[in-house]
Amino acid sequence: MTRHLPLSHLPLALLVVLALLPLGLSDPYLLNALIQTGIFTIGAMSLNLLLGYTGQLSLGHIAFFGIGAYASALTALGFDVELLFGWRVVHEPWPPLAGFVLAVLIAGATGYLVGRLSFRVRGAYFVIVTISFAEVVRLVALNWVELTQGPLALTGIPAMRLGLPGLGEMIFRTKVQNYYLVLAVAALSYLVVARFTRSRFGRAMRGLKENEALALSVGVNATRTLTIAATASAAMAGAAGSLYAHYFRIVDPDVFLFSTTVTMVIMVVSGGKGTLIGPVVGGLIFGLLPVALRPVLAPEAQWIVYGAVLILILFLMPRGIVPKLEALAARRPRAAAAQKPVEAESRP
Amino acid sequence: MLEIRDLVCAYGQVAALKGISLQVGAGQLVALVGANGAGKSTTLRAISGLVKPRSGSILFEGRDVTGADPRRMLGLGIAHCPEGRRVFPHMSVAENLAMGAYLRHDAAGVRQDYARVYADFPRLAERRAQAAGTLSGGEQQMLAIGRALMSRPKLVLFDEPSLGLAPNIVEQVLSIIRAIRDGGATVLLVEQNAYAALELCDHAYLLEAGRIVMSGPGAELIADPHVRAAYLGGEVETAHRIRA
Repeated sequence: MTRHLPLSHLPLALLVVLALLPLGLSDPYLLNALIQTGIFTIGAMSLNLLLGYTGQLSLGHIAFFGIGAYASALTALGFDVELLFGWRVVHEPWPPLAGFVLAVLIAGATGYLVGRLSFRVRGAYFVIVTISFAEVVRLVALNWVELTQGPLALTGIPAMRLGLPGLGEMIFRTKVQNYYLVLAVAALSYLVVARFTRSRFGRAMRGLKENEALALSVGVNATRTLTIAATASAAMAGAAGSLYAHYFRIVDPDVFLFSTTVTMVIMVVSGGKGTLIGPVVGGLIFGLLPVALRPVLAPEAQWIVYGAVLILILFLMPRGIVPKLEALAARRPRAAAAQKPVEAESRP
Repeated sequence: MLEIRDLVCAYGQVAALKGISLQVGAGQLVALVGANGAGKSTTLRAISGLVKPRSGSILFEGRDVTGADPRRMLGLGIAHCPEGRRVFPHMSVAENLAMGAYLRHDAAGVRQDYARVYADFPRLAERRAQAAGTLSGGEQQMLAIGRALMSRPKLVLFDEPSLGLAPNIVEQVLSIIRAIRDGGATVLLVEQNAYAALELCDHAYLLEAGRIVMSGPGAELIADPHVRAAYLGGEVETAHRIRA
């Protein structure tokens, strides 16, 4: 395993680099791009949990992100709506942290429901159900004006606040503060996915993807396993949505744009689905590519290059960047230590 | 231990089993032989709950378990070693074994069984961190057997364990299966390699086009002219032999 040193240390190296980055970087535009990239990378990690480890493609993943954003914003702003038969629900503003927790719980609960309803029909049907679900949620956000302000957007969302025992309250107002908040949540998400996929339950998920008949024969309950994976995935997307709401301080129905789901799918697939660090690598590349291209190219040309880079990556590395790097790293030492059987990484 | 009565299974309109009955006694090694498409695998899949029977019944230890799902059958002590893709290729050897113990919650017992499987299959112990897909065919079959044993089964169903393996490996695999029987488990073995299976087993059933056409001790079937002509190529001497 020591011979995989360069690659197995990639997550930690990335974390250190990213943690030091703001020290030498004061350009608010770049910081903003990094924060946004970080938020969507968390979304990509959550999508990877489902797409990469169970093989189920959710093309409505942005719905969970958006639900998290709205849930967090509404919890922090409070609301006063009249439901059917004059039943009024009034909610006083709560601290943003409560919004974050509720965003995770509510997004997770919707993930559970979608999973329960749609995993009887898998594959293409699941894709269609998730797309439809996202569209329905978007229309609700657009039309339930009393709750969501519709296209006028929820504005004035308070910044995230964190009460630290003994240190008083920390308010995440500046870009640097938000940068570290996003980085911390991203690192935590990474650890959660790592822990989750290596557990007994994670083995069941991967087993279903690799060899469903065999997984069933050893006693894996397919529907239940996939539903739990969808719940966890949606909850994590909800966390990303909450960060989005309290960073941009404004949420409108455009958070449900289909193209954002596509961006997350691109991040996962190009980085390497079913690998821990893949979505992070893909997320950084496709999150920051527009930033890198902006000074040199016209907006139309940027998207062409974006597409070309994607095609190039998938053409040269069909399984993604990280699996390709792993394969390269595994090949070299094997030739060196020829006579002894090499203990390869579990993913060749 | 296991009793099947008039079992009928069908895939859509095509009947795969047209009413078969068979019995497997505790501690026995029973072989089910027959040509491709005779219904051998379907029989095993029906027993382990992967296929729902149309009619007939399956009794395990006196209980009617017809149509129970795979988890229930596994819980009762039936492990299925399916044919074809036998392992989870991207999981390590150790993870594959862990999958075999998926429904078990006695951590100490599971650890014991890891040790036992690794003792029985030193090759697997050497390669425990390696991806199962990188093992040779024989090693993958050993892993599949080890995984089946991780559920501490009372009855193990083997589906074509020799398929696609080199002859010397086939011998090894079959002697492991016998060792499993000798260790106290009951075995139901499906094999196309009819001679090897008949020589190994205590009792055998011959399946043709979804029906059982003959049954008896292995030696009896080997001696039968029809079996010799149809399944042993007429020349038993040149057929693959297994050491007694």
